[in-house]
Amino acid sequence: MVFERYVEVGRVALVSCGPYKGKVCAIIDVIDQNRALVEGPSTKQGEEGVPRQAIRFKLLQLLPYKIKIAHTTRSKALKSAWDKESISTKWTTSIVCQKLDARKRRQLLTDFDRFKLMKTKQRRQRLIRLCMGPKPKDKANK
Amino acid sequence: MKCRGDLRKYVVVGRELPNPKVPVPKMYKMTLYAPDYVTAKSRFWYFTRQLNKVKKTRGEIVQCDRVFEHGNQVKNYGIWLRYNSRSGTHNMYKEYRDLTSCGAVTQCYREMGGRHRARANAIHVIRIEEVAAEKTRRPPIKQFHNSKLAFPLARRVNRKLHTPRFTTARP
Repeated sequence: MVFERYVEVGRVALVSCGPYKGKVCAIIDVIDQNRALVEGPSTKQGEEGVPRQAIRFKLLQLLPYKIKIAHTTRSKALKSAWDKESISTKWTTSIVCQKLDARKRRQLLTDFDRFKLMKTKQRRQRLIRLCMGPKPKDKANK
Repeated sequence: MKCRGDLRKYVVVGRELPNPKVPVPKMYKMTLYAPDYVTAKSRFWYFTRQLNKVKKTRGEIVQCDRVFEHGNQVKNYGIWLRYNSRSGTHNMYKEYRDLTSCGAVTQCYREMGGRHRARANAIHVIRIEEVAAEKTRRPPIKQFHNSKLAFPLARRVNRKLHTPRFTTARP
């Protein structure tokens, strides 16, 4: 099995657990077998990034993005390398990010929102059925 | 001492109380690692008592301040320690990679407990020093001194296999 995503300086990773869950950061240095020094600029407006800290690899999910930085770069240099590769855009338009956001939104739905969702789905299905026309009777199952 | 949580670095200065024989006693300063300032003072007296003719009852703590460390860079720490095993007392030199010396010392206590069953009260950290990469001696530390270090996270086990064990939703 060939590995494609490696833990290396500059690898972008998603934090899957803890106070910075769902946020994206870059590996600045490898501390030891279990931990990396990471830092992540904010990807969305109004949202904070991941401050510089040690995180265990168990809590990180490596992403297919990489930025070019030297080990233990300072925050400014990290941010300019991050923007150069437009990691924020790549991440927010990726399917994984969109699915995570959708999951979060679904969790925060109120009962009224779920009712509205049901009604919208119904309306959508009705329109689709009108477009498709009546279902033709299957010749095999007469 | 109990190595509770992350250890903190304290600077403790103490001296014998002034008395007619010694109107201006010598001050003794120690930098040590303890979970809180109470344990720090206690350990200060423990070590000072072993090295000098002064006890807590005849002395006073002049200063017990916490030393804060900022952890922005990964450093290699060499720790010289002495510990009591079941059959004797031994010296050791161990190396750790961490952001702060407190983190390294905490790692050391945990490792000593795991590898040698040494309890915290049986361990004396003699000296801790930040070591340059070229001067490190241990292969597990030296292996990280590679600017092009890259390794995959192989064998990612699903730790949430049984949370929940039974469910009504299809996975």
